[in-house]
Amino acid sequence: MSFLDISDVTIAFNGSRVPVLNGVDLKISRGEYISVIGHSGCGKSTLLNVVAGLLDATRGGVVLDGREISGPGPDRAVVFQNHSLLPWLTCYENVRLAVDQTLSKQMSRAERHEWTLANIALVRMTHAKDKRPGEISGGMKQRIGIARALSMKPKVLLLDEPFGALDALTRAHLQDQVMQIHAELGTTVMMITHDVDEAVLLSDRIVMLTNGPNARIGEILEVDLPRPRDRLALATDARFISARAAVLEFLHHRHAAPGLKAA
Amino acid sequence: MNASVQPPVAAPAAVTLQEPAAMPALTLTERLRPYAQSVLPPLAVVLALLLIWQFLASGPNATLPPPTKVWEDAGELITDPFFDRGGLDKGLFWHLLASLQRVAVGFTLSAIVGIAIGLLIGTSKLAMRGLDPIFQVLRTVPPLAWLPLSLAAFREAQPSAIFVIFITSIWPIIINTAVGVRNVPQDYRNVAAVIRLRGFGYFSRIILPAAAPYIFTGLRIGVGLSWLAIIAAEMLIGGVGIGFFIWDAWNSSNLSDIIVALFYVGIVGFLLDRLMALVGHLVTRGTATA
Repeated sequence: MSFLDISDVTIAFNGSRVPVLNGVDLKISRGEYISVIGHSGCGKSTLLNVVAGLLDATRGGVVLDGREISGPGPDRAVVFQNHSLLPWLTCYENVRLAVDQTLSKQMSRAERHEWTLANIALVRMTHAKDKRPGEISGGMKQRIGIARALSMKPKVLLLDEPFGALDALTRAHLQDQVMQIHAELGTTVMMITHDVDEAVLLSDRIVMLTNGPNARIGEILEVDLPRPRDRLALATDARFISARAAVLEFLHHRHAAPGLKAA
Repeated sequence: MNASVQPPVAAPAAVTLQEPAAMPALTLTERLRPYAQSVLPPLAVVLALLLIWQFLASGPNATLPPPTKVWEDAGELITDPFFDRGGLDKGLFWHLLASLQRVAVGFTLSAIVGIAIGLLIGTSKLAMRGLDPIFQVLRTVPPLAWLPLSLAAFREAQPSAIFVIFITSIWPIIINTAVGVRNVPQDYRNVAAVIRLRGFGYFSRIILPAAAPYIFTGLRIGVGLSWLAIIAAEMLIGGVGIGFFIWDAWNSSNLSDIIVALFYVGIVGFLLDRLMALVGHLVTRGTATA
């Protein structure tokens, strides 16, 4: 049985007749890295919000590790697109708040302190742990966002376009870090993205959504590239190039952006 | 990582020798210039206004005393605000202190009650629908209109004055708090939901800090209104207080005293406003744009 089971998830907003997402079925195994890709407005983030529990599905449901999810919880930690750090807390306090809130039963005060520091060290932010979000760069904020999510010991890590607002160099650097963390911890990851290279580089499988409304899963691509992956070596690897081509073909030929098709 | 950022120590040694020549120490006038630039213009304006006032109030038909006369009549009030000859014959400091004490009590009460009600109507749609229309009407009632009613209810001057302050300053606090709570970004609510932060923790760790800049804007407006209200209320209530001092001076045709008192009232009002802005800045740790 799969670890995370999304079955027949359909979402319609405010009684609209045409649903945003229609009958999404997806089974994810433990430790798998899944990317969901599609054009803007196809409902990728909506799907992630349903798994996170921030949004209720109109039909269908999500089962995680044998239990149906209802409402948000720390077993499905989210890294938000715009980092969502609390600006009045330092980086340390942002992570510590999550740790205190989710692990206070399992850990003593001192252990929580150590665990907070360990997670900040994992994303290599120890040097800035006492800074406030307003004092650090976008990439650093997102690293703290990742540390906060990981610190909750989630069963699934949900990444909502985590690198979307970053410049290309910072993005590459963070992708490498996420790959490394995924290799170290074996966390199950579901990532929303619109970046084809990112999806191919990071994922075990890429889930491609058709255009919304009424979006469905159009195709699922297995990326069978050996790990650890190296972006430089892959740039000329035939398997990488063909996987990339397959996603591009799906996105820009068979399911081109709705705006472009009309024009 | 830190080591690589530090510049090599040996290289700039030669440069430091020439530094004094390249960067001569600032002369005294150069160092004072920024202060002079911010102090001199208002000083010049004050001086000009005093001159105009002197000129206008010097004629034989003038109804108000010129600055020289004010200094002559009320010099003691300005130079010694601390004298106390018993009864109501006290220095301005004591009058201001009495007024400020009333404001402190009334404003503290309205801050506590106002923030609490603001949190309620910011969080609950039902409470907002029920209370908001009533507040919108009540907040337009002028402060002094409450005074007869509160005198009738409390039958004493002190609590009546405090009630007038309370009822005057509470509206901006309620409204700003409610707006602040409603404007807490969905992102922060999502974070709270994911880490299952609820109830008191949710209010104290997410809602209050996120709404703090708005709350302090409300408090700042509220403290200004309190100061406006207390002066007016004291004119009618009597006793020790800067408002009554002004009214008393009017009754004894002591115009110079009134003018001095007005300056003090203005300065204290300004300081209250600044103080509130400073507290807001410290409490919100600079996330407020106060």
